[in-house]
Amino acid sequence: MPHRTFLLFILPSLLAMVVFIAAPVVSVAIQSLFVAHDKVMVSVQSCSPFGCTDDVHVDNKATEELQKREPLGKFNGFGTYIDRNHLAFDEVGAILGDNAGFGDAVGRIYALPFYRALAFTLVYTFVVTPLAMLLGFITALAVNTVPGWIKGPVIFFSLLPMIITPIIGSLMVYWMIDANAILGVALQNLFHDPNLYLKASAPLTWIVLLLYGIWTNGPFSFVVFYAGLQMVPKDTLESAMIDGANRWDRVRFVVVPYLTPLATFVALVQLMDNFRVFEPVVGFNAQANASSLSYSIYSDLNGQFSQLFSSAAATSMLTILGVIVLLIPVLVRTWREFNLKAV
Amino acid sequence: MEEPLAHRQPPLLRILTTGFVIVWLVIAAFPFLWTVWGSFKVEGDFFSRANWLNAIFGPATTLQTGAPFTGNGYYGAWVVNGLWRSVMNTVIVTICVTVISLTFGTLGGYALARSGRRYSFFVLIAALIFRAMPHITLVSGYLLPFFQLNVWGYLPTAIIVLVAINQPFTLWMLHSFFLSIPKDLDESAMVDGCSRFQAFRLAVIPVMWPGVITTGLFSFLLAYNDFAVTSMLLSQDNQTIVPRIASFLGSIEETGKVMYAVAAVVSATVPLFILVMFFQRQIVSGLTAGAVKG
Repeated sequence: MPHRTFLLFILPSLLAMVVFIAAPVVSVAIQSLFVAHDKVMVSVQSCSPFGCTDDVHVDNKATEELQKREPLGKFNGFGTYIDRNHLAFDEVGAILGDNAGFGDAVGRIYALPFYRALAFTLVYTFVVTPLAMLLGFITALAVNTVPGWIKGPVIFFSLLPMIITPIIGSLMVYWMIDANAILGVALQNLFHDPNLYLKASAPLTWIVLLLYGIWTNGPFSFVVFYAGLQMVPKDTLESAMIDGANRWDRVRFVVVPYLTPLATFVALVQLMDNFRVFEPVVGFNAQANASSLSYSIYSDLNGQFSQLFSSAAATSMLTILGVIVLLIPVLVRTWREFNLKAV
Repeated sequence: MEEPLAHRQPPLLRILTTGFVIVWLVIAAFPFLWTVWGSFKVEGDFFSRANWLNAIFGPATTLQTGAPFTGNGYYGAWVVNGLWRSVMNTVIVTICVTVISLTFGTLGGYALARSGRRYSFFVLIAALIFRAMPHITLVSGYLLPFFQLNVWGYLPTAIIVLVAINQPFTLWMLHSFFLSIPKDLDESAMVDGCSRFQAFRLAVIPVMWPGVITTGLFSFLLAYNDFAVTSMLLSQDNQTIVPRIASFLGSIEETGKVMYAVAAVVSATVPLFILVMFFQRQIVSGLTAGAVKG
C-alpha cells in the first residue's frame, strides 16, 4: 500500500489518538510542573476614630487577572512530586531516620496519602489478577466436563459480572453487604458479632474489594480459557492417556502448557486494567479505607472547593510511570515477535 | 451420544465439578437476581435486618403499598428524578461513539492490515501503549485545556474523547479481523481497475460485517460503562446514566430514598442483559479473537 493511501486511511484514527490521548499526556506532564498561583494579597489601612489598623485581604480581581494571564499557575519544577501528598521525600526521610522498628516505619509511611493509594493499587493488581485467573481456569475446566445443557446458562451468567458497568456492579454488591442486608446480616450471625460491619474496618473493606475484583475479573479468564480448552488437540490428550497419564497429569502436562500463551495475554491485559482500579472504590464508598491511585486523581479533580490540577497531574504522571513499568514485558515481546516475522 | 469409558469421570469428580459449576453460577448470577427482585420492594424489605426472606416476600411492601410488588422505586427514579433525560444522553453518546469509532477503526484497521511496512507496526505499538493509559489520568489532562477552549460539559466533547479512548482497542480488533480476510479479494478488485478506496468499499465492506459487529459491541460497552470521562467532562444537564446514578446516590441516601437508586441501577442493567442475551456468541468470539491473536 503506498504511503499516501495508508496515511489517508489511518488519518482520522491517528489524529483522534494523537489529539486526545498523546496530547493530554503531554498536558498532564506540563501541568504537574506548575502549582496554582498564590492569592494576591493587598494590605489596606482602615482608620477609625480609635486609630488605624492594617488589614490584609485577598484581592480577588488581581488574583483572577493573574489566573487569566497564566492559567497554568506558577512554575514549581518537581516540587509537587516530592511534597507531602505525593512521594513525600522529606517525611519518608524523617521516618526512615527515626523509627521504632520496621513495623512502625511501614505503618507511618502507609499513613502518607500517596503510599496508601499505591499500596492498595499494587495489592489489588497483584492479588486479583492471579486469583481471578485461577478462578477462571478452574471454572473453564469444570464447565468443560459438565453436560451440555448447563453450559449455555453458565456462559450467559458468567458474562454478566464482566460486562456490568463497574460502578453498578459494585453498588449491587455494596447494597448486599450493608449491615441490614442479606450478606451483612449473614456475616454478623456467622461471627456472632452484631456490630460487624464490612464497611467500617479497613481490612474488611480491602477483602470485599479484592473479592469483588475476583468476581468481576474471573469471567474474562474463564471465557478465554474455555475457548482455549476447545482447541487443545484431542490426539495429544489421548496419547497422554495411553502413556498412563491420569487426569491431573493431563491437565498439568498437556492442558496447562497449551494454555500458557493465552494465560500470558490474559495476565497482561488484567494487570493493566487492574492497575487503574477506580470505580469499585467509588461504588463501595471505600475511599477512607482503601484509596487507589486513580481514585486520588479523581478526588483531586473533584475537590469540594477547588480542583487541584497540579496534584492530580503529578499523581497521573506517577501512575503512567507505573503503567509503563507493567507494559515493558509486553512491548519487548511484541518487538521480538515482529522482528521474527520480518526475518 | 455415549461417552467412551476412558473419558468418563469417576462419580466423585463428577459431583465435585458439577457442584463447583453450580456454586459459580449462583455467585455470578445472585447479585443480579437479588437486586432486580428487590428493586420492586420498599426499603424496609430490601434492607431487612430481621429476616432476609422479607426481601423475597415483601411483608412491609404489602403493608405500605397493598401489594407484594411496587414500582415506587422506578417511579421515583424515572419521573421524580428525571432519569429519562440521562437515558436520552446515554443513547446519543453510545450511538455516536459506536458509529464514529467503527468508521475510524475500519479505515485504520484495514490500512494497518494491508500495509506490511515498519511504521504500521509502530502505530500498533503506540495504540497498545495508549490502550494502557488509565482514563482518569487522561481526564486530568483534558480539563484545563477544555475549560480554556470553553468546550467543557457538552455531549460532543465527551463523544469525541470516548471515540479517541476507544480507538486503540478498535484498531487492534479490526486489524486482526482484516488480516483474516484474504488479500486476494481486494487485490483482484484493484486488478479489475478499482482504486484502493473503491476496492475497500466494493470488495471488503460487504464481507466485514461480522468483525465490525463484534467490535461494535465492545465500543458500545466502553461508551456505556464509562464513568471517568462522562463524570468529569459532562455538565449536570448532560450527564449520562452512570455518572447520574453516582451523583444522585449521595443525596438519595440522606432522604431515605435509596430504592430510587436501586431502581435506577436495575434500569441501567437492562440494556446489558439484552446485549448478552442476543450477542453472547459475538462477545465470546470477540474476547477470544483478541486473546488468540495476541
